[in-house]
Amino acid sequence: MSDTSAFSEPNEASFGDYFALLKPRVMSLVIFTALVGLLVAPGGVNPVVGFASILFIAVGAGASGALNMWYDADIDAVMKRTASRPVPSGLVTAGEAFAIGITLSVMATVMLALAANFVAAGLLAFTIFFYAVVYTMWLKRWTPQNIVIGGAAGAFPPMIGWAVVTGGVSLESSLMFLLILTWTPPHFWALALFMKEDYSKAGVPMLTVTHGRPVTRKHILAYTVALIPVSIGLGLTSIGGPVYMASAVLMNLWFLKGAVAIWRRPEDVASADKYRVEKSFFRFSLIYLFLSFGALLTEATLKTYGLGGW
Amino acid sequence: MGLSHEHEIHKRRMSRNLGVGVVLGAFVILVFALTVAKLNRGEPMQATDHSLRIDQLEASE
Repeated sequence: MSDTSAFSEPNEASFGDYFALLKPRVMSLVIFTALVGLLVAPGGVNPVVGFASILFIAVGAGASGALNMWYDADIDAVMKRTASRPVPSGLVTAGEAFAIGITLSVMATVMLALAANFVAAGLLAFTIFFYAVVYTMWLKRWTPQNIVIGGAAGAFPPMIGWAVVTGGVSLESSLMFLLILTWTPPHFWALALFMKEDYSKAGVPMLTVTHGRPVTRKHILAYTVALIPVSIGLGLTSIGGPVYMASAVLMNLWFLKGAVAIWRRPEDVASADKYRVEKSFFRFSLIYLFLSFGALLTEATLKTYGLGGW
Repeated sequence: MGLSHEHEIHKRRMSRNLGVGVVLGAFVILVFALTVAKLNRGEPMQATDHSLRIDQLEASE
């Protein structure tokens, strides 16, 4: 009997499946914002140390993603968008995701402490703890404000990048943190408005489900308004300058215009045109964040030529 | 179907082994590069002796 079933276990994961545990797309945003935080900080850092630090920040962020996939496998399996992740699809066991998450968390933190300094490593450890424990285990299933506080985890990377160079926290790095923190809710809730996922089936309290869509629209506007002083305030600090300020003013006006339009739209109009305004607002939110940090980077680059800054 | 037949599973295992190998190799190179960078910057090169040295006394005074 030529039975090869002993070898044909269908759930043999490839390297890419393990890499997918680290949420590569989230990681790319972490790398970008952490890199900007590192490059705009005064003083500069050895390029090898800088490269290694960004890498360990990215690995730390990825590790918290793996821990998230370990803990949230039950939710991910229910929702269409996440059902194909490595754990719910059966390629990687939850235990493996947990082991990889913990191991990489510790390694990334220790290596960042050795490569850069203890402040940066401490912030990274706190970020991982915040995302894996405070957000994933506690707030996500408990409050509709989950993504507001969860957004903090995504807001830490530029602060860590800054700490790699300066060894501390400052007004500038705090404002970069606040910028991502207040940007996250309008960004994510706009997505929630047009991606009608079955959060209620998964047991995740989303604002659109718990308080209704009109309330979500109000919240988008409120956080967009809160974002403006942060964005403009960042332009007044030592890392701001005319280029950043000009782009910040324009982008905030455009963002606010979109938020007001979302707030004013009745639900039947929105579903009639297939959430056109919400979708374009969501797309612009990505451009907003990318250009904000890009403008900070431009100011820092101009400074090396004696231009830029105030 | 001889013994040399390669199943899909072997390909995935190969990708995993290769991936882990490359990552470990890259990590070794990175730690070495960090060492070179830090030593060039003139950081302390002597590890602890687990007992007090004279130069440590002088530094603290």
